[in-house]
Amino acid sequence: MLIDWFTVIAQVLNFLILVWLLKRFLYKPILNAIDAREKKVADELANADTKEAEAQKEKEEFKRKNEEFDQQRAKLLNRAKDEARAERQHLFEEARKEAFDLRAKQMEALSTDKENLNREISHRVQQEVFAIARKVLKDLAGTSLDERTVDIFTQRLYELKGEEKEQLTSALTVSPGSALVHTAFDLPQPQQDLIIKTIKEALGVEIQLRFETTPDLVNGIELTTDGQKLAWSIKDYLESLGRSIDELLKEQSRDETRSKSESNEFIPETEPGAGTRHEPASDTSKPEHARDSTGV
Amino acid sequence: MRISPDELVFWQYGFLKFNATIVYTWGLMLVMVVGSKIVTGKLSTGLRRSRWQNILEIIVTNILKQIEDVGLDEPRKYLGFLGTLFLFIAIANLCIIIPGYEPPTGSLSTTAALALCVFVAVPLFGIEEQGLGNYLRSYTEPTIIMLPFNIISEISRTVSLAIRLFGNIMSGSMIIAILLTIAPFIFPDLMIALGLLIGMVQAYIFSILATVYITAATRTSKSRRETGE
Repeated sequence: MLIDWFTVIAQVLNFLILVWLLKRFLYKPILNAIDAREKKVADELANADTKEAEAQKEKEEFKRKNEEFDQQRAKLLNRAKDEARAERQHLFEEARKEAFDLRAKQMEALSTDKENLNREISHRVQQEVFAIARKVLKDLAGTSLDERTVDIFTQRLYELKGEEKEQLTSALTVSPGSALVHTAFDLPQPQQDLIIKTIKEALGVEIQLRFETTPDLVNGIELTTDGQKLAWSIKDYLESLGRSIDELLKEQSRDETRSKSESNEFIPETEPGAGTRHEPASDTSKPEHARDSTGV
Repeated sequence: MRISPDELVFWQYGFLKFNATIVYTWGLMLVMVVGSKIVTGKLSTGLRRSRWQNILEIIVTNILKQIEDVGLDEPRKYLGFLGTLFLFIAIANLCIIIPGYEPPTGSLSTTAALALCVFVAVPLFGIEEQGLGNYLRSYTEPTIIMLPFNIISEISRTVSLAIRLFGNIMSGSMIIAILLTIAPFIFPDLMIALGLLIGMVQAYIFSILATVYITAATRTSKSRRETGE
């Protein structure tokens, strides 16, 4: 008999025991491990999804911020550009103004120099003219220039008329001590006496005169008292000479300017009045006749 | 020459006896349980795991997949029974490469015991799934006339399970034994290789048939419910 019933029963029991043992030691632990791992993987995937979503969100946030930043930067850049442009304009204006001021100053300095030079020239011319005149007068007429000057002055005193005479007379009368005679040269005693005498005769006032030597007068003579002045000098003639020289210079500079402006449009025109500074200032206290006086 | 390892009796006391079938079965059980215990004692739930754990996981998940493919909706419920059937038969058959070993599956007593287990398990799973009444009623499908045929079919398929496995394994052992007497070199080895293949195929056939029977027993009620009866 191929089937042994005891063995069959034993094998059935063996099989059932094996089923139970394998369930306990094989299937359950393995399935639990697989489940745990799958759960872990699922959790990790879910976690990754969450993280990805977060990352996406952060990326968008970052993008938005970046755009904002770009806009702000562009705005700031534009503002800075505008400011720089304004600043440049401002600086340019300032520089132009400074250049203009500098040029004006230069012009002024130039004109001052010119004036000084002119003054120097005129002074020298006065001295030269005076020296020549003195020499010529002495050689031709045999008289001293100083004497002739005093003569002319006394003659002028005699010639005083009307209001001028009254004014001078009253001034001398009111303050006889303030009368002062300036001369370009040392006045000898006879001449001093002559002047005092002439004043007495012409104006009818007897006064004490003080005499002072002032080289600037250039061989002239001047009587000053309280607000009144009577003078004669060759300065007026010299000024007339200066005027004619100025005219000449002006003509010349005008010609030069024209030729320059033809060659270059940007060269500024020289002030035409620069050479005409030597117009005699109208001195109110100076009697009119002093300018009208004729030559020697 | 022995047809069955039952005939090799180590110890006997009246009806009680320890023959080679029972002893080799115990040996297999010991190996399987101790092996499982060793491997599952240090299971990892992380992504890194030992190769033994990998092998066991592959085996278990593939058994589950096969059960599911046949048509059982809850493979884990049947894993204990069907998985043990397959593993026991497969390991018993593969161990023929060990010299001196005789497979317990080559004993009709063992195959009959396994077939009996299937014979009992199928109605148990069927009743558990759809209730006693519904299960018994399934024997009368489609008509009451089919009742005796269904019962006969139930018994005959159990017998065929037992005989098929026994016949294949026993014949393999027999051929090897005969060949050993005729041509002791080379040929027995070839036959052992063939026996390994046959053993695996038979393990697969036995367990898949059991699965199919259980599926049939549990599904009838469902299909009935689905059609609205």
